[in-house]
Amino acid sequence: MIKKQSLTTTRRRFLTGTAAATGLAVAGSALPTRFAIGAMAPIKIGILLPYSGTYAQLGNAITDALKLRIEQAEGKLGGRGVEYVAIDSEMSVPKAPTNTEKLIKKDEVDFLVGPVHSGIAAVMAKIVGGRETPIMIVPNAGSNEVTGELCAKNIFRTSFSNWQPAYPGGELMAKEGHKTAVTISWKYGAGIEMMGAGKDAFEKNGGKVVQEILIPFPQVEFQAHLAEIAALKPDAVFAFFSGGGATKFLQDYAAAGLKDNIPLYGPGFLTEGVTKAAGAAAEGIKTTLHYADTLDTDANRNFRAAYEKATGRSADVFAVQGYDTGSLLLQAAAAVNGDISATADVIKAMEAATFPDSPRGDWRMSKSHNPIMDIYLRQVVDGEQKLLGVAAKALEDPATGCKLI
Amino acid sequence: MDIAIFLIQVLNGVQYGFMLFLVASGLTLIFGVMGIINIAHGAFYMIGAYLAFWLTGVVGNFFLAIVLGIPLMVAIGYAIERLAITHLYHRDHLYQVLLTYGLILIFNETQKLLWGTGFHSVRVPAILAGSVPLTETLVYPHYRLFISVVCLAVAAGMYAVISRTKLGMMIRAGASNREMAQALGIDIGKVFAIVFSLGAALAGFSGMIGAPVSSVYPGMGDEILIVSFVVVVIGGIGSIKGAFVGAMLIGLADTFGRVLLPELAAMVVYSLMVMVLLWRPQGLFGRPA
Repeated sequence: MIKKQSLTTTRRRFLTGTAAATGLAVAGSALPTRFAIGAMAPIKIGILLPYSGTYAQLGNAITDALKLRIEQAEGKLGGRGVEYVAIDSEMSVPKAPTNTEKLIKKDEVDFLVGPVHSGIAAVMAKIVGGRETPIMIVPNAGSNEVTGELCAKNIFRTSFSNWQPAYPGGELMAKEGHKTAVTISWKYGAGIEMMGAGKDAFEKNGGKVVQEILIPFPQVEFQAHLAEIAALKPDAVFAFFSGGGATKFLQDYAAAGLKDNIPLYGPGFLTEGVTKAAGAAAEGIKTTLHYADTLDTDANRNFRAAYEKATGRSADVFAVQGYDTGSLLLQAAAAVNGDISATADVIKAMEAATFPDSPRGDWRMSKSHNPIMDIYLRQVVDGEQKLLGVAAKALEDPATGCKLI
Repeated sequence: MDIAIFLIQVLNGVQYGFMLFLVASGLTLIFGVMGIINIAHGAFYMIGAYLAFWLTGVVGNFFLAIVLGIPLMVAIGYAIERLAITHLYHRDHLYQVLLTYGLILIFNETQKLLWGTGFHSVRVPAILAGSVPLTETLVYPHYRLFISVVCLAVAAGMYAVISRTKLGMMIRAGASNREMAQALGIDIGKVFAIVFSLGAALAGFSGMIGAPVSSVYPGMGDEILIVSFVVVVIGGIGSIKGAFVGAMLIGLADTFGRVLLPELAAMVVYSLMVMVLLWRPQGLFGRPA
C-alpha cells in the first residue's frame, strides 16, 4: 500500500519535472539567438586529425600551431570566442564518414579543419562539397582531387597538393645527373600521387624509373624492398614516407648501407620533423618542400620562437600549415565582423586572403583554393633543414578536373 | 633474381620468421594448453618493446634493460593471469575474446598516457652496430643476425623444456586432457599460471629484442597479433614445432611475396593460410579434431 503510493508520487514528480524541463528547453530555443546572444556565441571549429598512430605528431603539430595563431589574436575570431571540437581520426578511412557527419550534424561546426590522411580528405570533401556549410580547411592532406575533381566553393587548402612538393624533387634528381631511379612509397593516395609526380618530372628531364615499389600502408617492414633496390642498382631512389614511417625508412636505408651508395631524394616529408629521431641516418639528404627551417625572414624566426616556447618542440612544415590555417580563419572572420553566417562573403574573403606573416613566405590562394607558393630545396645539415635555394617559384598545382577554374 | 639476392631475401624472411616464432609460440602454448584465446598477446609484444625503450633510457645499457625487462614481463603476465584470465577457464571462448580485447584497449591507453603517441627509437647497442657486407651495395646489420641467433637459442631452450623436463611433461599433459591431468594430481592452476607468464614473457622478449629494428610506436602490437594468429593456425594449435614451421613459412612467404608479387603482397600470407587449412584443417602439426 505504502509502496504503491510512493511509486505514484515518484512517477508524478518525475513527469512534472520532465515537463518543466522540456518547457524550459522549448522556451529557451525560441529565444532569438542571432541578435543579442548570437554575436557573443563562440565560433565552433571542428577538427578531424590523427592523434594516435604513425601520424600522431602531425596531428599534434597542426593543432598546436592553429591554437597558437588564434591565441596570438587574443583567442578571438572576428570579435567572437572560439570553441574547438576535436576528434581523433585514427587515420581510419572507414570511420571518416561517421566522424565527419558527427562534426557537421551533431556539433554543427562552422569550420571543419582536417585531415592529414589523403584518403580521409577525399571522403570529407565529398560530404562537405555537397553542402553550403561548413567551410572545410585542409591543413595537410595533399590528395590532388581535393582541389581537383572534388573542388568546391567551401573547400580550401592551406597545405599543398601531392603534386607540388614532389614534382620539383623529380626535376632535382634529373638535374643532379641521375639517369635511373627507383620510386618507393606507401600504397595510398599521397604515396601514389607523389611518386607519380616525381616520376613524371624525372622522365620529362631525361631520366628513367626502372621500378616502382608500393608498400601497403602503414607497414614499416622495409628489409625485403631494400634488398630489391640493392639488386636493381639504380642511380638514385625517390621515396615518400612521413612521420614514424619516415624515421624507420631512413634508419633502415642507412643500416643496409644504401645511404652512401645510392643517394636518396624525395618530397620534404621524408625528412620533415624526424631529423632528431633519425639522427645520422638523415644527414645530407636533399628534399623539396614548401618550407625550410632556416628561412631567413622575421615571420619565420618569430613563428619558430613562439611555437617552441608554447610546445617545447621544434616547428616543422605541419605546424606552419596549422599556423596558416589560423591566419586564414582570422581573416575570414574579420572580413564579416564575426557574422560567419554570411557564407558567400566569408568565402570571398578567404579567396582573397594574404599571408604576410606566414613562416613559409607570402603565398596566395589559387582559383581552385590551393596555395600558390615557392618550393624550396633543403638539405639536412647537423639535424636541421638547411635552405639551399628555391626549387620552383610560385608553383601552382594544375588542378585537373576542378570546376572552379 | 640472382643467387646472392635470393639468399639475402631468404635471410630476411628467416629473420622475420624468428621474431614471429617468439610471439606465436607463446600464443600457441596459451591456446593449446589453457584453451584461452588471448587477443591481448600482441599487447605483450608492445609492452616488451616499450619496456626496452624505457629501461634503456633509465639504466643506459640495452642488454641490462633486457635482463631487467624479462622478470618484469613474467610478473606482468602472472598478474594478468591471476587477476583476469583465471575467471575465464570454464567460460565460453567469446568471454575470453571480450576480456582480452578489453585488456588491449587498457594497455593501449596506458601506453599512450605513459609514453605518448610519438614514434620512439631504441639505439642498437654499440657492439652490434656493425654490419657485414653482402654485395657491393648492400650490407646486413650484425644486430639482425644477433636476433636470429637469440631466437634460435630460445627455440632450442623451449624445445628442451617442453620435451625433456617434468614441467614440460605437465604442460603437455594439461594440453592433452586437462581433467585427467588434474585427476593425476597435477596442480593445473599452477601450470596454467606458469604457461601464461611464459607466453607473455616470450612475446615481451620478442618486442624487446625487436625494438631497435622495428622502432616503438602505438599500435605495434596489433599488427603482429594478426600475423601470429595466422602462424598458430597454420602450425597447429598447441604445437611449438608447428609454430616454428608456420613462422618460417609466413616469414619467407611475406618477404618473397612483397618482392615477387607486389600487387598481391598483402594477400600472400592469408592465401597461404587458406591453402594449408584446405589441405589440413587442424594445421600442419595440430591434432586432428
